[in-house]
Amino acid sequence: MSASYLTDGLTIRSWLATTDHKRIAILYAIAITGFFFVGGAAATIIRLELATPAGDLVGHDTYNKLFTAHGVIMVWLFLIPSIPSVLGNFLLPLMIGASDLAFPRINLLSWYLYVAGGLVTLAALFLGGVDTGWTFYTPYSTMFSNTWVTLVLVGVFITGFSSIATGVNFIVTLHALRAPGLTWFKLPLFAWAIYATSLILVLATPVLAITTLLVVAERLFQVGIFDPAFGGDPLLFQHLFWFYSHPAVYVMVLPAMGVVSEVLPCFARRPVFGYRAMAWAILGIASVGFLVWGHHMFVSGQSPAASLAFSLLSFIVAIPSAIKVFNWTATLYKGAIRFDAPMLYALGFVGLFTIGGLTGLFLASLTLDVHLTDTYFVVAHFHYIMVGGAVMAYFAGLHFWWPKATGRMYHELWSRIAAVLVFVGFNLTFFPQFLLGAQGMPRRYHTYPPEFQVLNLFSSAGAGVLAIGYLMPLAYFAWSLLRGAKAGDNPFAATGIEWQTRSPPPTHNFEIPPFVPPRPYDYDAQESGPASGLEVKP
Amino acid sequence: MTTGAWHLLGPQASTAAARTDALFLAMLLLCGAVAAGLCTLVVVFSIRYRRGANVDRTPPRDATRLEVAWTLTPLVIFFGIFAWSAHDYVGEQRPPPGALPVTVVAKQWMWKLQHREGRREINELHVPRGEPVVLTMSSEDAIHSFFVPAFRLKQDVLPGRWTRLWFTATEAGEFPLFCAEYCGTEHSRMIGRIVVMPPADFGRWLRSGPAQPSRAQYGFALFRQLGCSGCHDARSTIHAPLLDGIAGRTVHLADGRSVVADDQYLRDSILVPEKDIVAGFAPVMPSFAGQVGEEDLDALVEYLHSTGSP
Repeated sequence: MSASYLTDGLTIRSWLATTDHKRIAILYAIAITGFFFVGGAAATIIRLELATPAGDLVGHDTYNKLFTAHGVIMVWLFLIPSIPSVLGNFLLPLMIGASDLAFPRINLLSWYLYVAGGLVTLAALFLGGVDTGWTFYTPYSTMFSNTWVTLVLVGVFITGFSSIATGVNFIVTLHALRAPGLTWFKLPLFAWAIYATSLILVLATPVLAITTLLVVAERLFQVGIFDPAFGGDPLLFQHLFWFYSHPAVYVMVLPAMGVVSEVLPCFARRPVFGYRAMAWAILGIASVGFLVWGHHMFVSGQSPAASLAFSLLSFIVAIPSAIKVFNWTATLYKGAIRFDAPMLYALGFVGLFTIGGLTGLFLASLTLDVHLTDTYFVVAHFHYIMVGGAVMAYFAGLHFWWPKATGRMYHELWSRIAAVLVFVGFNLTFFPQFLLGAQGMPRRYHTYPPEFQVLNLFSSAGAGVLAIGYLMPLAYFAWSLLRGAKAGDNPFAATGIEWQTRSPPPTHNFEIPPFVPPRPYDYDAQESGPASGLEVKP
Repeated sequence: MTTGAWHLLGPQASTAAARTDALFLAMLLLCGAVAAGLCTLVVVFSIRYRRGANVDRTPPRDATRLEVAWTLTPLVIFFGIFAWSAHDYVGEQRPPPGALPVTVVAKQWMWKLQHREGRREINELHVPRGEPVVLTMSSEDAIHSFFVPAFRLKQDVLPGRWTRLWFTATEAGEFPLFCAEYCGTEHSRMIGRIVVMPPADFGRWLRSGPAQPSRAQYGFALFRQLGCSGCHDARSTIHAPLLDGIAGRTVHLADGRSVVADDQYLRDSILVPEKDIVAGFAPVMPSFAGQVGEEDLDALVEYLHSTGSP
């Protein structure tokens, strides 16, 4: 029996020069966790400041730099790479019976690009600070902000190449390296989701790269592109920015849907309901998602005709999301459901994503959006999608595949408590923000009228609970590495190909060619195992 | 200040607010029902089909019809919501004729407003109850956004162009005005209030205060002062287009295009005169970019409007 990928080389160099997709996934996990807690620290200070209406903790400029840092870090350094680069990197070859990604060295390059871009970004955000918001709206970002805008854009630009490299790698891998007999409609939905995500990364990220260059050109050389004082058009920036940044939302949430589509069937012991509809829905979201960017601009001054078209398309893109929610719910029907931590996170995802999606319908409605846009309603809405959705699913995936990646079980009781804390803390933090926004509290306000204080206090208190929920896994995952029970190859009796190899897998993934099941999610609720994961002990 | 029957969106003080709130309430009931239904299903399934429970788990048969149903039903409902909001939205686009004009100039971090009769205000706007008011807005620097929650209205204010917002206030009282588009250091201090007054009080208010020239009179003074009249005058020896009644007229250009001389055209003709050359004239006019501020531009255009209608 050959060594596992974890013990195949123990030097620092064997990690930093590795081309093993599993080790690169671990490198990503470490870097992303670091950035997540830096971005989370910024959010913590923001929520502390907003506990009172006055600006009594930090000054205006510091506050503006904090929400910019929070947004930039969480979007580009955490959410976009989280599930694809950590879970996707680790799982994609295992799920399709391959020994690695198609381009192992490009995979390592993409990690280095990510870390380099991330460090440049952090340097800009914390040495000088940037006060434009993560949206960099012109002409504020090009002509009026005297903060370190250029450097942070350089960081984002570099990080973008990491996204593109990863996207290309996943696309080629899925086309070229599937095990014999593993046809497209036998793929797990997670692989479908990563495929669609990669297409978005490859098609949209270049537009972001060009846009950052144009901003820098106007900022440094006064080339008139966005500022009307030089003959530019400030709305052009918003079109370019959202052409990338709206599909980027699907880069965050499609992989999350993929994770949940693996976890729910496993713990319900039922095949995922409507597999084909689920796969088509993923592709539908990815493609129509490219046509809805203008719904960020209903009050921007774009033409009413454009707003009408973007509103209609935004309703259409909600259809495949609705289908997915119905199918997940139907997957539970006639199941044999067990509530292990991954399942709790996945069920939490379904609930929070549903609220995020339904409130999205409010924002797609033109007259409601006129009132709600740029208020805390929008802040609450996208946190329900990105944090309630993407982060919950990331945690579901981390717990689900933790035994596969490390060979040890996480602590079941503590992780269930953390899942519940995250769910409660999240709702306490963000639900009041819907009410604040409905009453008209604008976003990005350092100080606010006193009538908004009560709801803000609830929100800040919730953030405290949420922070505890996010810190707990750090402790019990560390405990698991040292003391966790040995996991076995397939502790959850899951049907994915990745569970056929050892835990942790050997360097080249499979010692004997994996068996390709005749259909994905071949679960049978009528012969289910023990009633609770808490009873699973070695 | 009165409030609506329910307070979720705060006080309701414009004709638009009633329509927006009706849709909001409908959406809230619909989405609330959907969320509650899904939540109930998840909870019921979770309990009924928990591992170890003794229930029938025979797999359901083919459910294609169910899948089609839950694809088409939302589609129809979504089209319905779209149609409702689009109908309201289109109806809000055009200000009614005769709306009281007010110019708004946004700058870091204050609102400057001026009534047609000349009265100026800062971070405060007095309007009469029950009469339509139309705001013509521009920014001197970054993008701002004029947001009055009680009116359920918001419109970004951009540099280099005018955007327009109109409303009819329905309740007398004071309502907060926020800047809703992040614009730098003191974004959260860029707030003010809208004071809605009974029409008679508003008339008195408008006439009180220091005597000031109306915007059109001020614009005419600028027209002389900046030297515009030196060329654009019937007695001028320089060959330049006459501007009496220009606003709203169709203008034929040297390159064969025809455009309507709307406010944006007039603005561009002052700042970027080489952009649209009128047929039959030489491109001799210098740009006034940098010499004419936002408020002055507005006054010039107001003066051109006052010279007659097309």
